[in-house]
Amino acid sequence: MTENVELVFSRPESLSDVVTHYCPGCIHGIVHRAIAEVMDELDIRERTIGIAPVGCSVLAYNYFECDFAEAAHGRAPAMATGMKRTNPNLIVFTYQGDGDLASIGTNELIHAAARGENITTIFINNAVYGMTGGQMAPTTLPGMVTTSSPFGRDVKTHGYPVRVCELVSQLDGSAYIVRRTGYKPAEVRRMQKAIKTAFQVQMAGLGYSLVEVVSNCPTNWGMTPKESLKFVEERMIPYYPLGDYRVKDEVKTLK
Amino acid sequence: MKVLMKGNEAIAEAAIRAGCDAYFGYPITPQTEVLEYMSRRMLELGRVFVQAESELGAINMVYGAACTGVRVMTTTSSPGFSLMQEGISYIAMSFVPCVIANIMRGGPGLGNIQPAQGDYFQMTKGGGHGDYNPLVLAPSTVQETVDLTIEAFDLADKYCQPVMVIADGMIGQIMEPVEFPEMQVPQRPERPWALTGAKGRKKNIITSLFLTPSILERENLRLQKIIAEIRANEVRYSEYLMDGAEIIVVAYGTAGRIVQTAVKQARADGIPVGLFRPISMFPFPYDRLGQVAAMARQILVVELSAGQMIEDVRLATRCSLPISFYGKLGGLVPLPEEILEEIKKLVDK
Repeated sequence: MTENVELVFSRPESLSDVVTHYCPGCIHGIVHRAIAEVMDELDIRERTIGIAPVGCSVLAYNYFECDFAEAAHGRAPAMATGMKRTNPNLIVFTYQGDGDLASIGTNELIHAAARGENITTIFINNAVYGMTGGQMAPTTLPGMVTTSSPFGRDVKTHGYPVRVCELVSQLDGSAYIVRRTGYKPAEVRRMQKAIKTAFQVQMAGLGYSLVEVVSNCPTNWGMTPKESLKFVEERMIPYYPLGDYRVKDEVKTLK
Repeated sequence: MKVLMKGNEAIAEAAIRAGCDAYFGYPITPQTEVLEYMSRRMLELGRVFVQAESELGAINMVYGAACTGVRVMTTTSSPGFSLMQEGISYIAMSFVPCVIANIMRGGPGLGNIQPAQGDYFQMTKGGGHGDYNPLVLAPSTVQETVDLTIEAFDLADKYCQPVMVIADGMIGQIMEPVEFPEMQVPQRPERPWALTGAKGRKKNIITSLFLTPSILERENLRLQKIIAEIRANEVRYSEYLMDGAEIIVVAYGTAGRIVQTAVKQARADGIPVGLFRPISMFPFPYDRLGQVAAMARQILVVELSAGQMIEDVRLATRCSLPISFYGKLGGLVPLPEEILEEIKKLVDK
């Protein structure tokens, strides 16, 4: 019978065969797999360096079969700059959450984009500091209850959420800035396609690329995984609309 | 062939001669000429120069480049050096090499842009969080700055640790004739730990995160072992007119240089005084200073600070003889005559 069996689904070569530490229902694992499949497809695993952030994905280096570094909180784009400038043939990507990228790391983010660094950022926005236990993040929605905004985020005292794609797309060094999500299979496919394009933008040397993934946090949102996906669809995406925020003309010619 | 050069430019050219692959920096007086010099020369040579968005950016660019195994450098001055502490702590625990020069200025806070030595504690006692101690070299002339900058790259490679060159605004700005060694082309020696792409080998990970206490302890002990080797092998100092010295003046960098003039004058006046000038501020030359102090009667410590190195002098001498201090704050630099007065006060003590 074996000669009739065709393998149709397997672990990507770029994804490590280890147990995950992510919470049940978290989208991190889906995004990891999407990146790994893209690395396989583009055949770049052997020349890719990833940079993990501080946050839930601090241990991302355990899950990819490529070289990896662990940055100080928010500094991944600067670290990536140092790596890429000295090794232009390597593919360098940062994997960052909203606290890391949109709060403590805004300076490094904005200037890496402004310089048009040929690096790629995968930005996971779940509106909360997950690893430290669910505090208010720069992307926490108005009214959202967190452990450090127990009465809900009041924009009068806590200010307004940061929309990263809208911000970074203003910079001329940005080549490909898009927002995707992963709450349903069709969106996962779109997200993976965007990650592939982002890596291709880097390979073509077109400038800075960033894919934001509007994500969830069932644990710290106090929801079941299914409820959390509904929250992504109904509450997060209206505030963080999906779409292409900056796509340079040269990007459109990539295949 | 000797060329007349400013200390800051000499640091830059020395790094280039040492085969520095990449430089990342941010403007701050009194070190900005290093950045400016690099912005021209590194690009002419086809090497990497990036003006970072901040000293935080610069040190993390250095960290990233260092992870790939290249020779990399940044330079700054005191307030910028404070900002770099986070990155330096990470670099130390990641066991990657780099060179950092701090051209110290008056502090605390914004202070001013005059020469000072107020960053001694920060430079020699770790500076950032956790247990680490970078190797710190302190030149007192432009030529020594060149020589120590080149040596710093070799030492960084040898120990896979950040190595510091500690100078002050005076050395950064002064012009002197200097000689450079031949140009070294940047090398990329085989470094099994470097992030170069996992081709034909298992993936490499560079991290300073070790959640399991026993593993973090293991990594700490690995770092401490390197620091112990540095303590054992890399002590450097200079002695001037120390024969029969009953009074020893201890000073480093620009202060050491001024003291040298005062000591020469004092000897001419018949005062048995010598200069002990530490060059490696970490590891501090405890043993040698202890030895020479055993033959002396008085010690005078001169610093462009409120008195920081004096604590190491006390440790070296085990407080076995009287230690006086003469310091200048605010970016003021003492004249040799002032030091001579201080030396004379000790003659009949």
